[in-house]
This record gives sequence, C-alpha cells and structure tokens, in this order.
Amino acid sequence: MEMKNGEIDLSVDLGSLKLDNPIIPASGCFGFGYGMEDYYDVNILGSISLKGTTLEPRFGNPLPRVAECEAGLINSVGLQNPGIHKVIEEELPKAAKVFKKPLIANISGFSIEEYVECCRLIDTQECIGLIELNVSCPNVHGGGMSFGTSREDVAKVIKEVKRVITKPLYVKLTPNVTDIVSIGLAAQEAGADGLVAINTMLGMRIDLKTRRPVIANIMGGFSGPAIFPVALRMVYQLSHACSIPVIGCGGISSAKDVLEMMIGGASAVEIGAANLINPYACKEIIENLPVEMEKLGITNLKELKI
Amino acid sequence: MNRDIFLEITENFRIASKTMKMVLHGDTRLITAPGQFVNLKLEGKYLRRPISVGDYDSSESGSLTLFYDIVGEGTAKMSKMRPGEKIQILMGLGNGFDTHMDCKKPALIGGGIGCAPMLALAKHLNVEGKKPVAFLGFNTRKDVVLFEELTKLGVETIISTVDGTEGVKGFVTDAYNSYCTQHPDEIDYFYACGPMPMLKALSDTMKIDGELSLDERMACGFGICMCCSVRTKDGARRICKDGPIFRKEDLIWK
Repeated sequence: MEMKNGEIDLSVDLGSLKLDNPIIPASGCFGFGYGMEDYYDVNILGSISLKGTTLEPRFGNPLPRVAECEAGLINSVGLQNPGIHKVIEEELPKAAKVFKKPLIANISGFSIEEYVECCRLIDTQECIGLIELNVSCPNVHGGGMSFGTSREDVAKVIKEVKRVITKPLYVKLTPNVTDIVSIGLAAQEAGADGLVAINTMLGMRIDLKTRRPVIANIMGGFSGPAIFPVALRMVYQLSHACSIPVIGCGGISSAKDVLEMMIGGASAVEIGAANLINPYACKEIIENLPVEMEKLGITNLKELKI
Repeated sequence: MNRDIFLEITENFRIASKTMKMVLHGDTRLITAPGQFVNLKLEGKYLRRPISVGDYDSSESGSLTLFYDIVGEGTAKMSKMRPGEKIQILMGLGNGFDTHMDCKKPALIGGGIGCAPMLALAKHLNVEGKKPVAFLGFNTRKDVVLFEELTKLGVETIISTVDGTEGVKGFVTDAYNSYCTQHPDEIDYFYACGPMPMLKALSDTMKIDGELSLDERMACGFGICMCCSVRTKDGARRICKDGPIFRKEDLIWK
C-alpha cells in the first residue's frame, strides 16, 4: 500500500484532551519539563508528565538511588520535589515557557488530605491539561500500605479529589497487586477519567562484593524494556475491562513498542526509562512512528485497539 | 547540535595497577571546561557510564582523554576496547571547574581516580598564569597516575600513599597539611576530586575557599531523573547537571 507521510495522522484523544501525537515522557523521567532544550524542541512531544509533586518539599531517599539491571534499572528517588507551592511558583512557569501545550501534573500524597490539597492547587493552573494521580505511595494513616493496592483506598482518594478539581483525573496504577483490573474498575467507578498503567515494579539488586543491597533504600521501582510485556498485558486487560482511556507505560523504547502498546489498548503512551539512557529517545520515537506505521499500513492511531 | 555522538578510540592502555587511559578522537566542541564529564554507551549495558574528562582539546576534530579505574563490568568492557573502535558518547555534561577564581596558587587535590580531571584543570590554570600545586593521593605505589604528566606541565606535584610506598605516607590531606606547614599562607584556593570521605574531610577542615567535584551513582547524567541529588544551602541539587563541581560553602554534609 502506497502512502505519503502527510496522510498519516499521529494525533490521539485522551477524552476531551487532544494530543498531536501519543508520546508523553513519563513522570520522573523528564524533570519539570524544562532543561531539555539543549537536546531538542520539546514542543514535538504530545505532552509531558511532570515530576511527582507532594504538598511539602521532599529531598527524597538516601543515595545510591539507582541500580542497573539486565534490561532496565531500579530507582528509589523517593519523590524528591520542592513541594506544590514552589512547583506552582517556580517550576510551572519555567515549564510553560518552553512547552506550549497542556502539561500533565503528577500528584502524590501520603494521606487523602494531601492528595486533595495538591490537586485543588494544581487544578487552578492554566498550563495543566490533566492531573495524573500517583497512588503507589504508602498511606501513612492506613498502616503504610500503598493506596494503589486497595480498591477501597483508590476509590476514596479519587472521590475526594474529584470534588475539588475541574480537569480530567487519570490514575497511575501500581502493578504490584494481585488483580490490577479490579483496581482499575474501582478507579473508574469512583470517577477517574482515565488510567495510566503501569508504574514501576518493586525490585532489588545486591552488590556481590559488599553483600549489601545496591540501593540505599534496599528496594526500588524496576523499569525499562524488561517490564514491557507485563505492562502490555496489564494495559490489554485494563482497556478491555474498563471504558475510560488507558495511557500505556512501562518499558516502551521504540516506535514499534508504541504501536504494540496501542494495539494492546493504550490511547497514548508514556516513555520513562528510555529517556534516561538516551535524551533523544522521545524525539527518535516520534520521528520513527510514521515510518513504522507506513510499513504496517497504519494511517490513524485512534483505531488500533484490538 | 547533536550531543550524543561517536568518537573513535585511538589509544586504550593500562597506566597503573587498575587505571586505564583512553584517548578518543572526534568532535569535542561540547566540552567547554575541565571537570566536566561524558556519558558512555557500552554494548550490553543498559545504563551509560559517566566518566570524568581527563584532558581534551575542544575542536571539531579534537581529542578526549579519559582516565578510568576498572571497577565493574562496564569499565572492564571499556578496558577491552581497541583503537579504531567507536563509542557513542553524550558529550560535555556538568558545569566544570571555575578556573577564573581570584587566586595565585591553588591546590589541586585528587584522591585515586579523582586525580583524573586535574590534568586539564592544571593546563587551564597555567594558561591563566596561576601556579597550581597538585596533591595526588593513592593507596599504594602501583596505583600512582598523572605524576609525570603534571610535572611535565611545570606543576609542583606531591604524591602521597596510604601505605607509604611512594611519597608522603598517609592520606592526601596529610600531604596537603604538611605542605601548608612548610609553606604557610601560600595556597589560596583549592580544587578537589576524589572519594566522598576525602571530600567531606576537606570540607570540614579547609580554611580557604574551594570547589569539590562530587561523584554518585547516576542514571541519566543530564539532570532529569534526580538519582544523584545532593543537599546544598539552596536545596537539593543534581550532581550531574548543577554539578559535579560545587563550592565548599554551598554543600551540606550529613
């Protein structure tokens, strides 16, 4: 089949939010959206998911925070961020200066009150097009279990947040659960406008010489190409069980991976670890996407889901 | 300008018990200051390897010298590479040393492989008419590197070894302190690079101003992942992007 590049449509819809293309750097893998101008014009991106933000400033976890793996890495940054007020005052203006499209705010909390207050504040920001809720943090009032591992906790936090915001709310799910579909359904029923799947998988490495964990915090989040099949499987399950859009995330490293994830049911994708080993990763994927689509006779990304 | 480019190895050989010298040829224009680092993509390794710039000339057809210890699988892989092979390198990372500081006789204090950036630094300071004195500390005689290179530049170079098999017996700080006793009030600034305990000791004891090159495990090396953060008086800063060089007075040691 002969096609010209001009006939290929890379745009996708996340509910009412239209993206020029499905490529979004994942939270924690692109800072606060600025600082990459030395590498390329970030306006080629569909959107950017900003660094996870909490109510109070956080230095994060002790170092070392990173361990290499065969096909990925483990990180334990610990939500380092300057706190929601400084993010609004200092980081968002810098991000909005270099990126002229709607941004994605990634909000974390250790209590429902914290989630609600952060979301209420970020919702007032014009440059934010969508709020992504990171429910992988431990609930300090709930015995330290991650919000995202309990249907009840996920539903509760979503319901409370939805009361105070006007922008779409996407919930980033942790894969460290027995049945991610039940969590996704609980999120949908509680009013989530979309899902992001998946966050990192809990892992660890040990240094053979010292016989100590490589990461100071012992365990951390495993990401990179190794987790792509798991992410794809979960996106497939979620997108078939739920009616809200699912942003696919986990080990995507190439335009082919993007297409595979979207055929699996993703409405858009987030790129994480790939950015860390190649600052041009998202740019190269966006450039290769029409090439791979043409090879496969795909003209439109909105009709790929099987 | 593409910052992730291929450079060709022209030399790669052992210069001490565990230290290699690799010289590469290619476009080095993105390296703009001594103390910067580059990030090497190695076949079969997921993360890149950040290596300090040992020496360089900044030009379209320039050269880059890396001194590196063989400490793990990545550097072992590097050590087996041959002249003619190419390496994909993310160029010119980090801030680099400030060579324009108002000083006449700065100390260059290096510990182990932390001596690596002192060669380019000494060259820059020489050009500015300063008279640096180098203090290079190692565990033992077989580990000593860069003595000849620095001496050739006319830099007074004092070696120390922990076991006393070469130069002053003890840590590099011992060698520095005994020099200062013999030459009081001469050293008026310092540049340091080495293991964290050495840098902390310097931060705690140095009465003069100076700057330190920090090293931590990194993921990206260009400021987006926050894996190598350090506490400073201005809050958390990234060693890879805001550093690796920090002023002594800005760092907060825990």
